Amino acid sequence: MLEKALSGGRRYWTWMAFLVILLGVGFSFYLRQLDYGLGITGMSRNVTWALYIAQLTFLVGVAASAVMVVLPYYLHNYRGFGRITILGEFLAVSAVLMCLIFIIVDLGQPARAFNVLLYPTPSSILFWDMIVLNGYLLLNILIGWTVLSSERKSVPPPVWVKPLIYISIPWAISIHTVTAFIYAGLPGRSFWLTALMAPRFLASAFASGPALLILLCFILRKFTRFDAGRESVQMLAKIVTYALVISIFFVLMEIFTVFYSQIPEHMQPFKYLFVGLEGHYALVPWMWSAMVLAGLGLILLINPRTRQNETLLGIACAAVFVSLWIEKGLGLVVTGFIPSPLEKITDYSPTGPEILITLGVWAMGSFILTILYKVAVSIKEELEA
Amino acid sequence: MKSTRRTFLKIAGLSLLGVGTKPVFDALAEVEVAKALKAPEALGAKRWAMAVNPKKCSSGCKDCIEACHRVHNVPDFGNPKDEIKWIWNEPFKDAFPGQEHAYIEESFKEKPVIVLCNHCDNPPCVRVCPTKATFRRKEDGIVMMDYHRCIGCRFCVAGCPYGARSMNYRDPRPFIKAIQPDFPTRTKGVVEKCNFCEERLARGLLPACVLACKEKALIFGDLENPKSPVRELLRKNFTIRRKPELGTNPQVYYIV
Amino acid sequence: MRIYDAGKIVTGLAIFIVLMTSPFWLSGGKSSFPPEIKIDTPVIEGLAEKRCIEATAYMKAKHMELIDRWRQVVVREGESLYVASDGKQYRMSLSHTCLNCHSNKDQFCDRCHNYAGVKPACWSCHVVPQELKG
Repeated sequence: MLEKALSGGRRYWTWMAFLVILLGVGFSFYLRQLDYGLGITGMSRNVTWALYIAQLTFLVGVAASAVMVVLPYYLHNYRGFGRITILGEFLAVSAVLMCLIFIIVDLGQPARAFNVLLYPTPSSILFWDMIVLNGYLLLNILIGWTVLSSERKSVPPPVWVKPLIYISIPWAISIHTVTAFIYAGLPGRSFWLTALMAPRFLASAFASGPALLILLCFILRKFTRFDAGRESVQMLAKIVTYALVISIFFVLMEIFTVFYSQIPEHMQPFKYLFVGLEGHYALVPWMWSAMVLAGLGLILLINPRTRQNETLLGIACAAVFVSLWIEKGLGLVVTGFIPSPLEKITDYSPTGPEILITLGVWAMGSFILTILYKVAVSIKEELEA
Repeated sequence: MKSTRRTFLKIAGLSLLGVGTKPVFDALAEVEVAKALKAPEALGAKRWAMAVNPKKCSSGCKDCIEACHRVHNVPDFGNPKDEIKWIWNEPFKDAFPGQEHAYIEESFKEKPVIVLCNHCDNPPCVRVCPTKATFRRKEDGIVMMDYHRCIGCRFCVAGCPYGARSMNYRDPRPFIKAIQPDFPTRTKGVVEKCNFCEERLARGLLPACVLACKEKALIFGDLENPKSPVRELLRKNFTIRRKPELGTNPQVYYIV
Repeated sequence: MRIYDAGKIVTGLAIFIVLMTSPFWLSGGKSSFPPEIKIDTPVIEGLAEKRCIEATAYMKAKHMELIDRWRQVVVREGESLYVASDGKQYRMSLSHTCLNCHSNKDQFCDRCHNYAGVKPACWSCHVVPQELKG
């Protein structure tokens, strides 16, 4: 089926060439990072996780969101999602792959990554993260590829795929829960020490992932003959709406607990994010932009008239995606380190090489996503002909 | 037969796996276990701990810090971003956040408080390490670093509530003033911290910081030995620990 | 019998053969000999019996495994003395035991390692006392 990705029009090849160039630039800077060390990034003694881990945290959510198309279709026979489950699964593959690459890129000694397998440590959440992320990748590749190739041959998929699909549903929930546990169990970081961490992650995942999926459906409709159909897009939009509402509600819950209790240690990171702390306000404009975008998305999505207008829906989805990328990315990760356990505030801003390496990984993910979508869409077009 | 090539490839793959088993087995086989011993002069304890008396520190004194960093080849990068430190001092309000108030005793306000890894009994850093590169020695309670195994993920740095750990963001060698051959340096990409001078204890020597302090502000000893200098101090003075409410059970005690 | 794409096949085959035989024609037909390692350091000269901590054949074949075991024992098990097969005790230290006798790392360790294309990662952390200035 991969041969479908080897034929395409001029726009397809231009897009792929652009991605390969971005990938190449990112890779060459990664080689520089291997040589110099992680000091080439903006990370410091106090802020030890930053842009790379922020991307990982956000993308795990996007990957988990495949369950939002798989669950209604396979568990509740919602026919409307029949044509786009493959898009959700392939998006999950690309997103999880990016997560794994961001982990490797963030390691100080990547050549030793195998130690995590050689010396399994069940008490460490990273051990479980490795298991669930790789398992989810394998599941989605197997399920997506098998179902698609069965469809192509007009035969029912093999019997063993069904149990895998059913497993993938709780597994999707687990990948984001485990990632949330990385943060939520650390006694010294009060910004992260909240039971709401996993629920917040899941809510924002189910908002940002389907939002991206809607945008991808629009792109596919524009550049290919594949049309996801108005009904499935509208159902996805409703999912984004409810997930966004819950996500915003959760954030407001955090803010109440923190500011009503007036505990300084809990208030400080929130102050840093929204009003600045002791003269440091680097993330304040970012957070307020995220709030404005989320508000814009909410207004456009809650109102059925604007939700059903596909141009406005597209704007809303982009706003939601960017808003959650800011809030679940840098807003969450870097703030956990500010202030430090010794009450110091260390500003963080990503360096050029760090940004280019990040863009390179996004390019790699987009490259793989394009190939997978090209295959899926070509086969669907072939079948519908 | 339609699937001859596929069958051939499947059989070839399985055969390769089979043929490769013995060499892999041989490669992973360990060298015969020869005996190893502790040196007879090594200092032993059931639970190493330290007591710090900040009242004895003179402001501006950095003897313990310089001794530790010299003996352990700790680099000086000259900037706070890449900084690596095993032991240093903080003002009281930062070493004990939440304990300070406006009317605190004058001598405490400006007094530097020495801070270092607390070698907790219930260390979150050990809990989170995915490779057991940092581990707690059952025999004497020291929280150790295995620099050979560390993958540089910095989960331990995130886990430590005391900010005791430093990541090597660059190659430290060019930034070590005078490399001491008695102790290795580290390399870029691993996390390091105070090790209670376990390599010196193994040779019968007390920690470098303890010996370097002229005022005897740092006292080191076996917490489970009622006659040790640390227990003497704990009997005679009221002591507090950093962030005890987190349940880490730190083993550095501060006399206030 | 017809050969399809004969031109492409023959060209590919030619390139393959050239690449695969490159070690031979690139070195101009000369043989390269195993390196000569020097063990005439002052400390070794002063030894009564010119023997490493274990037999030479054992050290040649297994020194990497031995050093690997040492680092496991010293760091993770907290023991510092190695009891050799002849009962003698040695401090388990690359820099202070091995390099004490073999103080000429560049004429001993490096010669074989360079020849075999091996780059042990030890030296990025473990200090070579002879390489320190002053």
